[in-house]
Amino acid sequence: MLSASDLTALGLTFRLALVSTLILLVTGTPLAWWLGRTRWRYKFLLEAVVALPLVLPPTVLGFYLLVVLGSRGPLGSLMEWLGGRSLAFTFTGLVIGSVIYSMPFVVQPLQNAFSAIGRRPLEVAATLGASPLDRFFTVALPLAKPGFFTAAVLGFAHTVGEFGVVLMIGGNIPGKTQVVSIALYDHVEALEYGQAYALSAILLVISFALLVAVYALNRRFRRVQP
Amino acid sequence: MSIEARFQVRLGGFGLAVDLKIPQRGVTGIFGPSGSGKTTLLRAVAGLDRPKEGFLKVGDEVWQDGSRFVPTHRRALGFVFQEPSLFGHLDVRGNLEYGRKRMGQTNPRVSLGKWIDLLGIGGLLERRPDSLSGGESQRVAIARALAASPRLLLMDEPLSSLDRRRKIEIIPYLESLHDELDIPVIYVSHSSEEVARLADHLVLLKEGRVEASGKIGRLMTRLDLPLAQGDEAEALIEGEVAGFEKNHHLTQVDSAVGRFTIVGTDIPQGRSIRLRVAARDVSLTLAPPAETSILNIFPATVDAMRPEGRALVFVRLRVGDGFLLSCITAKSASDLCLEPGKRVFAQVKSVALLK
Repeated sequence: MLSASDLTALGLTFRLALVSTLILLVTGTPLAWWLGRTRWRYKFLLEAVVALPLVLPPTVLGFYLLVVLGSRGPLGSLMEWLGGRSLAFTFTGLVIGSVIYSMPFVVQPLQNAFSAIGRRPLEVAATLGASPLDRFFTVALPLAKPGFFTAAVLGFAHTVGEFGVVLMIGGNIPGKTQVVSIALYDHVEALEYGQAYALSAILLVISFALLVAVYALNRRFRRVQP
Repeated sequence: MSIEARFQVRLGGFGLAVDLKIPQRGVTGIFGPSGSGKTTLLRAVAGLDRPKEGFLKVGDEVWQDGSRFVPTHRRALGFVFQEPSLFGHLDVRGNLEYGRKRMGQTNPRVSLGKWIDLLGIGGLLERRPDSLSGGESQRVAIARALAASPRLLLMDEPLSSLDRRRKIEIIPYLESLHDELDIPVIYVSHSSEEVARLADHLVLLKEGRVEASGKIGRLMTRLDLPLAQGDEAEALIEGEVAGFEKNHHLTQVDSAVGRFTIVGTDIPQGRSIRLRVAARDVSLTLAPPAETSILNIFPATVDAMRPEGRALVFVRLRVGDGFLLSCITAKSASDLCLEPGKRVFAQVKSVALLK
């Protein structure tokens, strides 16, 4: 039912989602930690920036990324000057776009999880001799575990489902930047409904399964750690 | 060796300005109404908040002065918060070992078992914190603080989150801690019942300032302080079991006030105990009472008086080297022509044994 290029698109999509999610967890954790604890008065500005991809049409985001990363943009020309090539229409470019696009889906659950812990457990750990870094790894991270799970799954699923950003910045190069959502669009354009059905069904099932896992596990976490 | 604490804090409309010397041994109660700065003071001692101006010296270690601020995790202290605040991701044993694993090399290794036994939590070690009752959780939290071998134990109203039954359940553990601990304890409370039972020294806070501080027995009977007010006014008397009247099932207790006779014979001779004499249980006569059923009668001198409402008068009595409080009607006070310096007899109708 699925053509070789469909399978390639599926593989590429999951690789993109995995890499983006990992980068988001690593960079989003300190950001969320800081947002959850700072008393900086302009914190709301940064929160708004993080949440921007929630409301912005993905094509707008993709367009700006194309301008910045393309060979005439500041980052693109920097890359070319360094002897590389512009990031537009590359897998790296896709990853950059996905990381920005899925940022709120990772940072917000983490920030909520860190805020929900409150100051008290960290103060207790301090009085028991734990340094700030020690407190973060032995108290904050374990207590925020449900938040990490939610963040990872939402970030992954959201990246799998993106379309507009990818279309703008990645184009539609099979094997390099053609992801499932775009392959699907191509099939429909070409009136290949059979393959469109198959791809759609696969995405539907995977997305549903991921969300079921999030909600089921969150319920269990709530039971274990009220 | 003692604890010196000087702090200046301004927080919005609230200010804390204290200059305290706290003895190195025993329990020091910090007592005052809510909003008087008790918790602020305790958090400053722990280093959880950093007062702009402060000086804190514990024994020979300076924890804070103009240039230095030792962060909380480098201060060898234990802190018991209002709520138990156990780590939800660890079982009871994991909670107990958290601080223990992090204590510095300089601390002596006291066995964890001692605190487990003393607080009666041996059966809970494998349990998760959310399966414990409030009283059990707070006992684990106290053991967790002690397991890290602190040089100073800070307790911030540790019983206030518990209902009455749980409080009664946990107070005996705190009393036995009092006898076992050789480190200073600072115990914040707004309950005169708790400080009467647990504290040796008392610091009274009012609107961020120290109203009075000293031995608890002295402060409890001072008529100018809020402790000697209403139904709860009482004198606390440190005593020692001197002997028994076995045939009458009575015990004799020697104290600064004189010799008390109390009911029961189950405390061993020589044991230090604390007696409580409520002001409403002390009546006064001018002549030595004869043929009375009351056993504890002491010659006394009126030291100070203060009206309580329209009908009552509190009388502070100097008895031997100590003090008692008496609450009588204003009518009786005027009938007996009571005034400071007048010699009377204090009849103590009942004595409660605190520990």
